[in-house]
Amino acid sequence: MAELLFNLLLAIDATFRVATPLVLCAMAGLFAERSGVIDIGLEGKMLAAAFAAASVAAVTGSAWLALGAGMLVSVALALLHGFACITHRGNQVVSGVAINILVSGLTVVLGIAWFARGGQTPSVTNEARFTPITWPGAELLAEVPIIGSLYSELLSGHNLLVYVAFLIVPLTWWVVYRTRFGLRLRAVGENPNAVDTAGISVSALRYSAMLCCGALCGIAGTYLSIAQNAAFVRDMTAGQGYIALAAMIFGKWRPVPAMLACLMFGFLDAVAIRLQGVEVPVIGPIPVQLIQALPYVLTVVLLAGFIGRAIAPKASGIPYVKER
Amino acid sequence: MSEPQQNLQDGADRPGAGVTAPPAIELRDINKSFGPVHANKNVNLSVRPGDIHGTIGENGAGKSTLMSILYGFYEADSGEILIGGKPTSIRSSRDAIAAGIGMVHQHFMLVDNMSVVENIMLGAESGAILASSVAAARAELERLEREYNLDVDPDALAGDLPVGQQQRVEILKALYRGADILILDEPTGVLTPQETDQLFRILDSLRQEGVTVILITHKLREIMAVTDHVSVMRQGEIIADRVTAETNKEELAELMVGRKVLLSLDKAAPRVGETVLRVENLSFVDRAGVARVDKVSFSVHAGEIVGIAGVSGNGQSELLELLSGIRPVTSGQFSMMGEDFSTEHPLDPATMRDVKAAHVPEDRLRTGLVKAFAADESAILGYHRSAAYNSAVFLDRGAIERDCGQKMSDFDVRPQNPALKTANFSGGNQQKIVLAREISRGPRLLLVGQPTRGVDIGAIEFIHRNIIAMRDSGSAVLLVSVELDEIMSLSDRILVMFEGRIVGEVAADQADERLLGLMMANAAPEQAGAAGS
Repeated sequence: MAELLFNLLLAIDATFRVATPLVLCAMAGLFAERSGVIDIGLEGKMLAAAFAAASVAAVTGSAWLALGAGMLVSVALALLHGFACITHRGNQVVSGVAINILVSGLTVVLGIAWFARGGQTPSVTNEARFTPITWPGAELLAEVPIIGSLYSELLSGHNLLVYVAFLIVPLTWWVVYRTRFGLRLRAVGENPNAVDTAGISVSALRYSAMLCCGALCGIAGTYLSIAQNAAFVRDMTAGQGYIALAAMIFGKWRPVPAMLACLMFGFLDAVAIRLQGVEVPVIGPIPVQLIQALPYVLTVVLLAGFIGRAIAPKASGIPYVKER
Repeated sequence: MSEPQQNLQDGADRPGAGVTAPPAIELRDINKSFGPVHANKNVNLSVRPGDIHGTIGENGAGKSTLMSILYGFYEADSGEILIGGKPTSIRSSRDAIAAGIGMVHQHFMLVDNMSVVENIMLGAESGAILASSVAAARAELERLEREYNLDVDPDALAGDLPVGQQQRVEILKALYRGADILILDEPTGVLTPQETDQLFRILDSLRQEGVTVILITHKLREIMAVTDHVSVMRQGEIIADRVTAETNKEELAELMVGRKVLLSLDKAAPRVGETVLRVENLSFVDRAGVARVDKVSFSVHAGEIVGIAGVSGNGQSELLELLSGIRPVTSGQFSMMGEDFSTEHPLDPATMRDVKAAHVPEDRLRTGLVKAFAADESAILGYHRSAAYNSAVFLDRGAIERDCGQKMSDFDVRPQNPALKTANFSGGNQQKIVLAREISRGPRLLLVGQPTRGVDIGAIEFIHRNIIAMRDSGSAVLLVSVELDEIMSLSDRILVMFEGRIVGEVAADQADERLLGLMMANAAPEQAGAAGS
């Protein structure tokens, strides 16, 4: 029993680590889509940021410079998406997919050209990473039953970016629902005409949303390559950008439900890893492939049937053209 | 972003509507072209402060372009705008708002899932944090509602409000931004006669508070009812300015169209024949379980026009769709040309055409035409299987084009070019294409919805004449329209629908606007004689 509890605790602990990039990306997507820009390029932005951060960390040895580089590259891609979709009213899905394809190839090409390791970046030392932070007293309290392990395992011992991700959720909520920017953001995604006739620039608002989106994806990518791991590996995002997008829709474009959806996907992932090789009565060992496929299968099932009517921001995906 | 309070103070020491005050708005030699189209030609307009100034003209006369220039949507190619005597450059809505101009658009600019107070303060928030802005906006809103007698619940979601109230929110939005010039673009299109009266009372109280109002409309009655001055636009130019009290509908109509227009239709007494359409207890219940059409019974005879009046959304559209086979009947039955239709024996649109009934749908762009088709293709929709348009295997393009050319000359469709894309015709000409398609086969029953929506006065007259000609040739006509004028001038009998039921029937010669308006709101006195109950 105690062992089961402890295993559950470890799974939840792992959930936070796995869910961090999902949460960041989901909040990024939320800013974009609430402003009326569909962003299927979360994946690409995150991957580009992961590569930029890993490269800069390998060269300079500074985690903070790496974070800056990751965010910069991601913001640049977000602005590119904005340029195509807002300024030139291009198709938002096409632009997003183009960014994903571009980044997926470009990171490998640049990786080979710069580091000659088959598309990987060199492993970085702990000084150039965001490493786990041990909270004061965690070691001492670890022996105390329940509270001790909760404190030392769940709360303490994550790296800075995990804490940042989970602080960004209430921050996003506050910005979207409690500030002038948020009011305008919600309005521009529902009825850009109303915003325009109120004397506010639709383009400027949507570009600001893309900036938020890019910055958050940048943090997510940096986390992947130099916090969760210690190097960039080709296509290391492995569809997490899409899962985050799914989580955001699952959360009906609202910050807290979107975060809960990310945690659910993260938990499944964490459990899946722990279930590998476990013998189940009658069936025998659970096939690894099945477990790995589980989060994706669940995404499809949930999106197809279980979330009820997800009402997207009305103007989402429609380029704004001033009417006559 | 300007503080609304600030602007209001500016408004407080505004000069009265004295003769010496400079015009509230003066436009000098405004020109605007879109490619080859000269939408505004040397427009000069002067609006006196505190006036209600009407701008009337047909669709495409350039009214909306002119107002878009004034509200900063477009920039004029040349010309000058003076607000209160000062030359003002208006490049965006923000400039217009800063100059004290507010606009109530034809399609409301509201965010449906936001509250009234959020909608009103959008773009004019007093700070970066919402809580204090909301409090300030609420207080200001209460003051405005008291001062101008505009009653709206500040916490209701904008999308849940009836259209009359949404329009008030738009007016409040403009006032909240400190507007002392208010432009209303076709404000009565969506209102009942009673709501229209209310709007006019509001405009009157705005005038008394010194607000200058510009009313854009194509309805002569409204110009006569509420304005002080009127400017008539035709083909991009302002061709006349009149003091409303010194002109009349006939003169204005002639100015608008450029030739004499008969506003009242002369028609002979109906020669009523056998029953062509008989409807018995017909109902339609939608997916939400609401009875959109509720046990409706009536009949239409050969040689008469039966008009169905009602505020938009009271089941008339659904009734028309049931009778044209577009929607399935939930219960009840109807017979056309003696053939019975019900849930067991449903009508489909092809069968409807086979029994020689025709349908001019309410929304020509959604269900009447295919915008991307050439005019000759749009002109055979629904009849495309007819032998006249087909050779052994393929469509007979030559025959289709000749047929369309004939229809175009019969119905005066301009430009007379069957190969032109449907989307490139004006609303009136598109409607004539639909009408030509449905009428030219001589149906015994014509179902018509909103025959003149978005159609200019010249074409309205033509369409009305054709509908009457159908009747005189012995066909039965069922007319659904939200335009009371149209219902009253065309119909021989008028049925009024309210919440899916027919709540009254009036002979055309006994109908007046007041009575119909009350029946449409289901508030008619008993003598109206409820046929449906």
